[in-house]
Amino acid sequence: MIYRRTLGALLLVAAPLAAQDTTSRGVRIGLTYDPGSKPGIVVLPGRGVGADSIRAILQRDMDFGDRINVIVLDPAAAGEAARASAPNWAMLARLGAAAAVQVTPTAIGMHVAVYDVAKQTTALVKDYPAPAMAETRAWRAAVHGLSDDLEESLTGTRGIARTRILFERGKRMWTVDSDGEQVVAVTEPGSPLVGSWHPRGTAIAYSTYMPAAIVVLDLVTGRSRALASGNGVYFGPVFSPDGENVAYSHGVDDGTDIYVSPFAGGGQRKVSIGRGSDNVTPSYSPDGHRIAFMSQRAGHPELYTMDADGTNTEPLTLDFGENVYRANPDWSPDGQRLAFQSQFGSTFQIMTIALRDKSMKQLTSDGRNEEPSWAPDGRHLAFSSNRSGVKQLWILDVETGRTRQLTRGAAARNAAWSPRLLN
Amino acid sequence: MTRRTMVLSLAVILSAGTTQACRKKPTPQPVPVMDMGASQHVADSAAVAARTRRTADSLAALNAAARDDAPKTSAEMRALLSQVVYFEYDRDELRDDTRATLDAKASILAANTGVSLVITGHTDERGTAEYNLALGQRRAAQVKRYLASRGVSEDRITTQSLGDSQPASTGTNESDYQRNRRAEFEPRNASGTLVRPRS
Repeated sequence: MIYRRTLGALLLVAAPLAAQDTTSRGVRIGLTYDPGSKPGIVVLPGRGVGADSIRAILQRDMDFGDRINVIVLDPAAAGEAARASAPNWAMLARLGAAAAVQVTPTAIGMHVAVYDVAKQTTALVKDYPAPAMAETRAWRAAVHGLSDDLEESLTGTRGIARTRILFERGKRMWTVDSDGEQVVAVTEPGSPLVGSWHPRGTAIAYSTYMPAAIVVLDLVTGRSRALASGNGVYFGPVFSPDGENVAYSHGVDDGTDIYVSPFAGGGQRKVSIGRGSDNVTPSYSPDGHRIAFMSQRAGHPELYTMDADGTNTEPLTLDFGENVYRANPDWSPDGQRLAFQSQFGSTFQIMTIALRDKSMKQLTSDGRNEEPSWAPDGRHLAFSSNRSGVKQLWILDVETGRTRQLTRGAAARNAAWSPRLLN
Repeated sequence: MTRRTMVLSLAVILSAGTTQACRKKPTPQPVPVMDMGASQHVADSAAVAARTRRTADSLAALNAAARDDAPKTSAEMRALLSQVVYFEYDRDELRDDTRATLDAKASILAANTGVSLVITGHTDERGTAEYNLALGQRRAAQVKRYLASRGVSEDRITTQSLGDSQPASTGTNESDYQRNRRAEFEPRNASGTLVRPRS
């Protein structure tokens, strides 16, 4: 990371190298800034209807991304920085800005200009389509998509603004945008408990306990169907990374085991060999080869991993310390660690464990914190916490420890962070 | 020995003395094993003991009624079939008082072969929501296994779990948690007159 930042100016020339830093969709502009810090960015005011809203959303998204130092100006200074002829380079440099961004609403979307302050040049000009502002949810998604693009251009890493978090509240499943806006119910009232996203973000799977079932909901058509149901319990569905299968927990009279059903429908296959114990909450490794899960086969709930077909089971957390209740593993997108919750006295805290050396890190300490779910950037976690008095969803940047509250109002839990979404 | 343990030991000796005065043959009491969170464990044990006592009392009354030639009514039998049983924290093992309750249910089921039973396992809120669903199911299954071992056909018993989603008590004390760690019973086909079990 530091290496890339130091060479930022060079990468502009060495285009093939720069391409390795980005996805195929984005182009990284090589900004010059102190490699030990985040690049300072000023979002200049734009002209036209909606320009102020776009600016506010961009500023917040880039701030929430934790990779950019968003320099917020008072209105007078902002006007001065964005004088009509050209950006006020001297002023932007004095503010410590590496780049400035300006968005102008157009008839079909947004016109974007990115200025390189050190070189005093326009680094990027691009037009983005966007729906009408009145279509609030889709319009905000388009602006979030722009934020993610800009973050990729400015830092080399794509943002996570255009993502949603699925959660349970008041016996319904809901989604909320990554910035806490657009809280939308996606199921009717019932008994849903916990859900997850299809890797393309086009469907969700969730479980109900009355009746016990695994349900998949197509977010495009709005149609839902039972993937598995019957006696006993069904819960905690997750998609395999290729989207072909759904793994979940099911048990009747002989303990609970992890089962897999094809997403397209068809028979269920038992994969864990619990021999009467409880084996729950599967989480696939990003390559789809392994499944992490919680089992009480040793007498108390601990984390294990196994091959996706149920063979080669290995304990992950069995040998650590006095706490004997670890749960809800979520495999990180880079495959190198798992987030989970661990019991401390009468409460739970969020932790990570590295697969390489099994080193553990405690990430929370305030209140009861549960059900961690990785953002697609592998840097942020959504989780539930009662630290504000009512159980709500919170977001944590695991690199800096910065935390923000995502939901407000009635109690919310069981966060599942979406992949990067297309709309 | 610290001062506190000395005082405690004294208290134990004194109370032992009182017990001795009341009983002819003192039986040695097992020493309770205390680990971390001792006060919570004391509260737990006290609550459990109280629960056991209460259940034992009501069972004694039921048994007395059974021994009595007074007819046991269908309503009483339905109440017995529905009587809730309780569990220890994160456990599915049956307690002694639970076995007695289940024996009584098994007798009624043996005499009324048309009656079936839905067993719903519940937990307190302390674990995770998903694990609690599994734990509740394990409790219901344990109860089913016991009833089957007492001759009740397995196909007359359905098990399910609601985990921690439907607490009997919404408080956060051990006594609340104890009331929530339970299996509930819903008799089916039991609305008419029930046949009394032979004693």
